[in-house]
Amino acid sequence: MKSKLEILAVLLVLLVGTSVLLAQQRNITVKGSDTMVILGQRWAEVYMQKHPSVAIQVTGGGSGTGIAALINGTTDIVEASRPMKDREIADLRAKRSKEALELPVAVDGLAVYLNEQNPVSELSLQQLKAIYTGVVRNWKEVGGRDERIVLYGRENNSGTYVYFKEHVLENADYYPTVQALPGTAAVINAVAKDPRGIGYGGIAYAKGVKAIPVKKDANSPSFEPTMENVLAARYPISRYLYWYFAGQPSGEVRAFAQWVVSKEGQQVVKDVGYYPLGENDRLASVAKLARKEEKTTAKQ
Amino acid sequence: MASRAQHRWKDWLIERVIYLAAVVAISLIILIFLFVGREALPVLISAEVHEEVTLDNLLLAQEYGTPGARLPYVWQPVSEVPKYSLMPLFLGTLKVTLMAMLFATPLAIAAAIYTTEFAPRWLREAIKPVVELLAGIPSVVLGFFALIVLASWLQDVFRFDFRLNAINAGIALGLAVIPIIYTISEDALSAVPRSYRNAAYALGASPWQAAWGVVLPAALPGVFAGVVLGFGRAVGETMIVLMASGNAAITSWNFAESVRTLSATIAAELAEVVFGSAHYHVLFLIGTLLFAITFVLNWLGAQMVGRLRRRLTGAVR
Repeated sequence: MKSKLEILAVLLVLLVGTSVLLAQQRNITVKGSDTMVILGQRWAEVYMQKHPSVAIQVTGGGSGTGIAALINGTTDIVEASRPMKDREIADLRAKRSKEALELPVAVDGLAVYLNEQNPVSELSLQQLKAIYTGVVRNWKEVGGRDERIVLYGRENNSGTYVYFKEHVLENADYYPTVQALPGTAAVINAVAKDPRGIGYGGIAYAKGVKAIPVKKDANSPSFEPTMENVLAARYPISRYLYWYFAGQPSGEVRAFAQWVVSKEGQQVVKDVGYYPLGENDRLASVAKLARKEEKTTAKQ
Repeated sequence: MASRAQHRWKDWLIERVIYLAAVVAISLIILIFLFVGREALPVLISAEVHEEVTLDNLLLAQEYGTPGARLPYVWQPVSEVPKYSLMPLFLGTLKVTLMAMLFATPLAIAAAIYTTEFAPRWLREAIKPVVELLAGIPSVVLGFFALIVLASWLQDVFRFDFRLNAINAGIALGLAVIPIIYTISEDALSAVPRSYRNAAYALGASPWQAAWGVVLPAALPGVFAGVVLGFGRAVGETMIVLMASGNAAITSWNFAESVRTLSATIAAELAEVVFGSAHYHVLFLIGTLLFAITFVLNWLGAQMVGRLRRRLTGAVR
């Protein structure tokens, strides 16, 4: 049984191999979340320097687009800034009779920025929701000065927009006065210049504004958006960033994935400005890759 | 004899080539319009799209928001219940464009009158190319200027609630429109025959009276054409408003609030929209509307220039 499987695997590699033999290189395609494109590209660059025979192509398009590509079999690896939905997992099973393999590869947190002159020192998730849905419109109501709140956010095609909407607004609509700016840098620039402004974006970006501590609800303690708090899951607006595969990866894809969750690959995460996995999470990811695929073997 | 035949043959060939170029250019525009229109059509006819958005949703007041705070017009395509009201976008475009015209029209026309009627020849030769150079500034540069510099100035002076607003974007847009109005107005004013001015002077008019009472009215259709073409440019301009207007889809007439325009909405959303979705088709519908608006405005402008030419050459009256 096992040897048969190995023959099958070899055949599969040969099949894939012949198709890319013309280029004399093994191609890996990575597709998905726009939040993770830069991270994916950095990984690919560093990895390709070490393994010149491998060509890795990284594109964005959004987590949903990447997952659709995985279901259709047009990508090897999906980068997703959200977990796959049950429906998508079922689709993958139905179309390609493969189980989705979920691999946490990094951690990301969203910071809430205020102008440095703003006296407000912490906000709860409920307060943030009230502010961004237009229920609270004056800083006075959350312990600040008697001034109008000016909302800054991202365009609706951004993963950050969707993440903030899902996790902070609990899927309610943003208030129409939210000014949509292109990119986190623009949000920070706007908040830095506007004493009444509030914005959100990646933690790593916060320069010239204050990234305030956030608390889960009115009674719980607030936590600064620092690496320790994000890694310990104390800071309430943080998430895993994932890689997904159709079934257990093999060959070059697997080698690449193993490198990404190695200490070296995780160093790249830090360089790009996201958070590396905590050591336990990292070892769990390594173990997932080491596991032999059971479900697919049963079907084959 | 032979060389003459050759000449004819060459003439014929060149004429054909130019003709072909013209046909290609025109048919490309028609094809683009057909493509954009075809992608917009499902909003009107597709049942699948109608499950998410109908003309009713696009144009009429809806029961959005909470019972306490009703929001009749909302543009929020990425949502549990996608909301596609075009009203905030129309209003935003109108506000920014009006602001741009209020800023640009007096400046451009005054500059055109000054250069044709009052400026000494050397100054006129200097001003004209400089104003026309304004047209060469990439709109992204104007947008960046408005985003970083102009918005801060305006907020320091007027204490706006919104740093990025219709006034800020409108002024930056006005800078892009000035060269259009100026160039066409200047052409129209210089086309007024010398004899008109001489006749006015002979009747005892001062240079100012001649310019204001005789030359400007004579050139008015041309000046107006410049304004209309400038308006068309302002409606379609994307980069400046995308960067300088704040892009919040608010329904209000307050010029000090942020606005989201039709063109900026397409630019911001089309790149990531799911191909073939209702959102995608609605964005193409917006494109079709923009295309139609600028087409009508440019046509009107061309008509008026033609009228001016006929008037000044004496065909009318």
